[in-house]
Amino acid sequence: MNPAFSCPLPKLDFSEIQLGHGSGGMLMQKLLEPLFGLFSHPALAEQHDGAIVSTAGRIAITTDSFVVSPLFFPGGDIGTLAVHGTVNDLAMCGARPRYLALGLILEEGLPIAELWKVLCSIGQAANDCSVAIVTGDTKVVERGKGDRIFLHTTGVGDLHPEAAISARRMEVGDRILLNGPVGDHGVAILSVREGLSFESAIESDTAPLHRTVLRLLDRFGSRIHFLRDATRGGVATVLAEAAQQGGKGIEVEEARIPVGEEVGSACELLGLDPLYVACEGRFVAVVAPEIAEEALLEIQQSGWPQAAAIGRVAAEHPGKTLLRSAIGGRRPLPLLPGEQLPRIC
Amino acid sequence: MKLLSEYRDPELVRRLLGKIEEPLTRSWRIMEVCGGQTHNLVKYGILSLLPQAITLVHGPGCPVCVTPRRLIDQAVELAERGVVLCSYGDMLRVPGSRKSLREAKAGGADVRMLYSPLEAVRIARENPGREVVFFAVGFETTAPANGLAVAHAAREGLRNFSLLSAHVLVPPAMEALLTDPDCRIDGFLAAGHVCTVMGCEEYEALAARHRVPIVVTGFEPLDLLQGILELVILLEEGRAEAKNAYGRVVRREGNPEARALLTRIFARVDREWRGIGTIPGSGLDLRSEWKAFDARVKFALDPERSEEAGECQAGKILKGILKPPQCPLFGKECTPIAPKGAPMVSSEGACAAYFHFAGVASGAETKESAASAP
Repeated sequence: MNPAFSCPLPKLDFSEIQLGHGSGGMLMQKLLEPLFGLFSHPALAEQHDGAIVSTAGRIAITTDSFVVSPLFFPGGDIGTLAVHGTVNDLAMCGARPRYLALGLILEEGLPIAELWKVLCSIGQAANDCSVAIVTGDTKVVERGKGDRIFLHTTGVGDLHPEAAISARRMEVGDRILLNGPVGDHGVAILSVREGLSFESAIESDTAPLHRTVLRLLDRFGSRIHFLRDATRGGVATVLAEAAQQGGKGIEVEEARIPVGEEVGSACELLGLDPLYVACEGRFVAVVAPEIAEEALLEIQQSGWPQAAAIGRVAAEHPGKTLLRSAIGGRRPLPLLPGEQLPRIC
Repeated sequence: MKLLSEYRDPELVRRLLGKIEEPLTRSWRIMEVCGGQTHNLVKYGILSLLPQAITLVHGPGCPVCVTPRRLIDQAVELAERGVVLCSYGDMLRVPGSRKSLREAKAGGADVRMLYSPLEAVRIARENPGREVVFFAVGFETTAPANGLAVAHAAREGLRNFSLLSAHVLVPPAMEALLTDPDCRIDGFLAAGHVCTVMGCEEYEALAARHRVPIVVTGFEPLDLLQGILELVILLEEGRAEAKNAYGRVVRREGNPEARALLTRIFARVDREWRGIGTIPGSGLDLRSEWKAFDARVKFALDPERSEEAGECQAGKILKGILKPPQCPLFGKECTPIAPKGAPMVSSEGACAAYFHFAGVASGAETKESAASAP
């Protein structure tokens, strides 16, 4: 993050979002004017129906919606999450993120100060990730018909020439790498959620991953077989999906998967499995065995000192993921049938 | 939670496994009654580590799983009648005759997932114009907190809070299993958390009456293995006793304050267990003096029993008589996404555990799959 980034609330004649802000008329223009300064890019300044941009060759496109509650949480907010989430989805394709389209769905009555805070976060995160917000859309829904702010982003990135990322490229013997401790984001959100709030120092792990991924691709090219960021469903879901989509077996060691002490304790108390708790800055890389050690070092040196090799791709049990527990037992890591619900006993 | 890591030490686990193997002269069928224990046996992969001679049978100890459809239907009905229906998270997925609470929520009902019944009292206080019902599920472990919520609501003079009680009690369920002529269980691991509240005396009488050893057991890997070890020793020595292998938490007399609270608020009643049937004296309902807080009385709920899914063999699976794959619905009409029977509902259920292991083919997994089988 750039500490010098300053983002004062612009002088406006209104303090809350009104239905008219989505009307397409003067009120809307008034609301959006400061945005062009905040997200300054020639394509956006054109105020055209779409953005005209150039890219290097093969591109990756991704789209995502953000409906997190609460909007602000320890370590981030919906704005940083939206930028990082989209940047990371592009990175996992093996692409350098370049452009973002931003959709805002605002609820009538939303304080402008809150909107501005979120927009500043978006601006700062985009700046940090070197991506440009080049086009957008704003809608306002009646009070009670939204949850203050919903964000929708579409990202475009230039594909790395060496990128060939697919679960189908996983081979028996490949190693599975993870860039850091799991579950911090999900537990940070829970810690401030209404009806549950508990004191903790846990902050969201939200972070952009593209720089690390691009370093891996620059150095190891197509020997990086598969990449996936662990968002909803956590690292267990990523592994279960990878096994399913790649038709290979996956085996991981619980003792090698880093879990922060506070996150582990909170999950213990709530009856949740940290391996299934959401992350926003964690990714799994499946790499050829001969580069595993160097690739791990590369990840560690690119800002993830706690990165770990957590397992391997196996010939046995195709399509399934098995976990060797910390005490040496084995259990499957299946896809959850629904959301992870806390147990009562 | 550094304290807990001491109970997950791989070296001590290995040593205990060796000690369990030592005295074995024959095979034993052991039931862990509590779903929390089933969950941890699966979570830590303990089933795959135990000697072949030990077969663990998963008991009916998941209060969510054994809550009968009739009660889910009543909760759904209340939610659809406009009350704020609150419950613990895993209760939301269990299917009733028509739908689950989660489906009712999707249909517009105000269903809220809470972590504490006192939260429901707060909602009642803050919404005086609305009726708030807490769907109180759980064993002796959660019942005191639910009773406390009623006491709090009474003290505050709240008239819009009530409890839909679905509490179940463990010892009567064990009694029912032991009197079943098909029962082939050699010994029990009793649920440590239940004994934290209720103590061990009931288990001593139960062990003597049915000539079966019972060991009060905790939940961490070393607790579970210690419980199994002590039970194996009792079994091999032919001693039908109750022992407490969870002394760091459980006292013989339990928690007198919690027991007194339970006696003050609740009375024992016959309760229907999903898949098993009615077990005498196995439930807790509010005493008549608390009827103003009894949702069944307040909303004049229909007491009729609801039909169970015809071919579901949950009862026999919960008693350890059938293996989950022997049920005609298993893996076809009945899956964790669309569970028909109780043991498929939560990760603590035997059918769900089987479902997830299916197709994970290696020696260890064959053993794991067999572990919960009769």
